[in-house]
Amino acid sequence: MNTIEVLGSGCAKCQKLHEQVTKIVSELGLDIPVSYSSDVQRIVALGLMQSPVLLINSKPVLVGIIPNPIQLQKIIQDNLSVE
Amino acid sequence: MNLLLPIEKLADWLVIDVFRVAVDSRAAEALSFFIYDTIKIFLLLLVIIFAISWLRSFISPNQVRRLLVRKQGWIGNILAALLGVATPFCSCSAIPMFLGLVEAGVPVGVTLSFLIASPMVNEVAVGMLFSIFGIKIAGLYILGGLVIAIVAGLIIGLMKPEQLLEMSIVQGNQPTDMQIASPTWSDRMASAWQYTADIIKKIWPYILIGVGLGAWVHSYVPASFLNLIAGANHWYGVPLATLLGIPLYANAAGIMPLVQVLVGKGVAMGTALSFMMAVTALSLPELIILRRVMKLRLIGIFVGVVGAGIIIIGYWFNFLLR
Repeated sequence: MNTIEVLGSGCAKCQKLHEQVTKIVSELGLDIPVSYSSDVQRIVALGLMQSPVLLINSKPVLVGIIPNPIQLQKIIQDNLSVE
Repeated sequence: MNLLLPIEKLADWLVIDVFRVAVDSRAAEALSFFIYDTIKIFLLLLVIIFAISWLRSFISPNQVRRLLVRKQGWIGNILAALLGVATPFCSCSAIPMFLGLVEAGVPVGVTLSFLIASPMVNEVAVGMLFSIFGIKIAGLYILGGLVIAIVAGLIIGLMKPEQLLEMSIVQGNQPTDMQIASPTWSDRMASAWQYTADIIKKIWPYILIGVGLGAWVHSYVPASFLNLIAGANHWYGVPLATLLGIPLYANAAGIMPLVQVLVGKGVAMGTALSFMMAVTALSLPELIILRRVMKLRLIGIFVGVVGAGIIIIGYWFNFLLR
């Protein structure tokens, strides 16, 4: 079971990443919920200091940046495990 | 050799031969000023932002933390301010950065030196100041920003700010360092280019508005009118500019048109720079974000100390640049 989560500090950039990831996941026809958490302590607990963070299967795959949609889609596809 | 001469020639050629505006008219003057400044600013910004973001790829937040942990006293503050200049700032990351540093054992005063320098001395502010006012003003701005960040961090550090933090922050954690593969040269070039393009895409309308206003003021507003605004050069000009800057939240590009017009209308350079510093370092949304980790009293101290620093630096600039 794959999990996708966006961690942010509640800022505009974080919400934008959440929206984009949700859109890409639905365009790919994947049945994976994309959750959003604004618990900054979790970012820090991962040893990270930038927001937003994209976690796929609890692994940070993007930190502090929003790539263009094509790159974002590739990152998502590359990090999901095949079921 | 004047590297900008070809741009001047190009602007003159466009105005006179292509657009056929009457030579020596006000319209010709304004238009050629606009074309020349726009091309010059975009070219310089491109080079400066690219160079800064490329250099930045060598410093990651984790390296900042490693360098600052357990650095006590003023050396920590100086290093933190310099690192703040060298790392990109996004208000999204202010809280994780603050928590990450403080929980790893970086003193709060040192962390604040970093958090003051980072937004104030950013690549857009420096690039715009350099393009419009030259290297001396850009250099003074960087120097002033560093001095404020270092001194404000030192002063706040003496006020036991550790007791004024909001949540129970556990200090002295051993942070888990994320091992991220170090990028190759072409990765660095590519991401610097991507970053530069993103920034230019975001700020180009402000630049056009700014240069347009500047060109208009330059050519159409009579010098006698400038005296009307000279009120801004009274003793209260600097504190007033600083106060006005706090509720405004914009990036340096959004503020630059205003600064350019103010200076064009005779407002003293130090007053204008204070305004820009207050907008970047003391913005209301930023303070609301910081409220999540700092008690109101610490926010008050932060605004008071940084604000006082900006005002003093503004007077000093006005004195230097008379």
